[in-house]
Amino acid sequence: MARIKDAREAAMIGRRSDGTLTRRPLSPHLQVYDMMQMTSLLSILHRISGVVWCGGLLLFSWWLIAAGTGQGAFGMAQWFFGSFLGWVALFGLTVAAWYHTCAGIRHLFWDAGRGFAMEDAYRSGRLVVIGTAVLTVLTWLLILV
Amino acid sequence: MATFTLPKNSTVGAGKTHKAPAGAKQVKNFKIYRWDPDSGENPRQDTYEIDLEQCGPMVLDALIKIKNEVDSTLTFRRSCREGICGSCSMNIDGLNTLACLKPIEEVKGDVRINPLPHMPVVKDLVPDLSQIYAQLRSVEPWLKSDTPPPPDAERLQSKEERAKLDGLWECILCFCCSTSCPSYWWNGDRYLGPAVLLQAYRWIADSRDEATGERLDNLEDPFRLYRCHTIMNCTRTCPKGLNPAQAIGEIKKLMVERQG
Repeated sequence: MARIKDAREAAMIGRRSDGTLTRRPLSPHLQVYDMMQMTSLLSILHRISGVVWCGGLLLFSWWLIAAGTGQGAFGMAQWFFGSFLGWVALFGLTVAAWYHTCAGIRHLFWDAGRGFAMEDAYRSGRLVVIGTAVLTVLTWLLILV
Repeated sequence: MATFTLPKNSTVGAGKTHKAPAGAKQVKNFKIYRWDPDSGENPRQDTYEIDLEQCGPMVLDALIKIKNEVDSTLTFRRSCREGICGSCSMNIDGLNTLACLKPIEEVKGDVRINPLPHMPVVKDLVPDLSQIYAQLRSVEPWLKSDTPPPPDAERLQSKEERAKLDGLWECILCFCCSTSCPSYWWNGDRYLGPAVLLQAYRWIADSRDEATGERLDNLEDPFRLYRCHTIMNCTRTCPKGLNPAQAIGEIKKLMVERQG
């Protein structure tokens, strides 16, 4: 017998009408639930943008280390960030960073016990999305102009 | 652990179609999850064509009509048909709600009906709730007090103290919220979930209860309470319009406040 690691395993054992044991199915979850509603969608984006931003920090450290290593290494890093892929990565990181920041502020309000009413949560959610777009555009205007 | 796909024995196959009777004027398709422990087969999705002119307005009316007139093997829980018993909670059109409170006309296109998500299925639309009931027991949802009540009288509350229980006592334990919560899907073995945490807060917030510290101690745990990441699917889906996310937020605040 395999050791049970999840207490819910016990309820997966069912019985047929004749009393013999059978294994019950798990009801569908992601397969049927409306995951496009704002509540869960913005929540998973918060986590994804956090992970992406961690990747961005790795890129940033590479750039700094390259700058300290020497001209060859720095030239390579500069070449990458100047390439098309580098631009796309930097733009994506800006979006992720601003989204994570805005959504993080939303979480701080929740932690203070505010904004739990459904209409407030929808309003703050929309604000986070609009804020991310505006701040990303402003950031790139500052960089490019 | 989070497993995003269904186990092999749980994937849903194609099922039978029960045609509408000849002369039906306003046909709506009900696509319903079926699983029979005696069949030895995987779950399947049956389609029932129902004439809405011959059917009551709610999804539960359609289910009862199917069971009475089309297919008596269809299995589901129901009792009061007015949103107070919490028996007919299920996933309708992608959101958890009570079949008796969900008007059919609110659903665009086919009406997809599934059991409450990420639960063991007993049969068809009936999930096994024993884990969630055990979790409810673990928060000891009853009044705990060392002070004896006044002789021949109730324990009194001020109007303000009583008002703190509004939005909490109305919960009918249908578990739409807990089974809408991705955190509860992935960590329901140890995370208590929104319904049970709202019940825990109902007693923490009660001015007559004297076990607040003990109750908070029991919840001070990385899983039992803190797997809540304020996703808010719970509040979004509650058929009674309650706010479990806020109740959990209040518990988290009390945890910080009592550290001084």
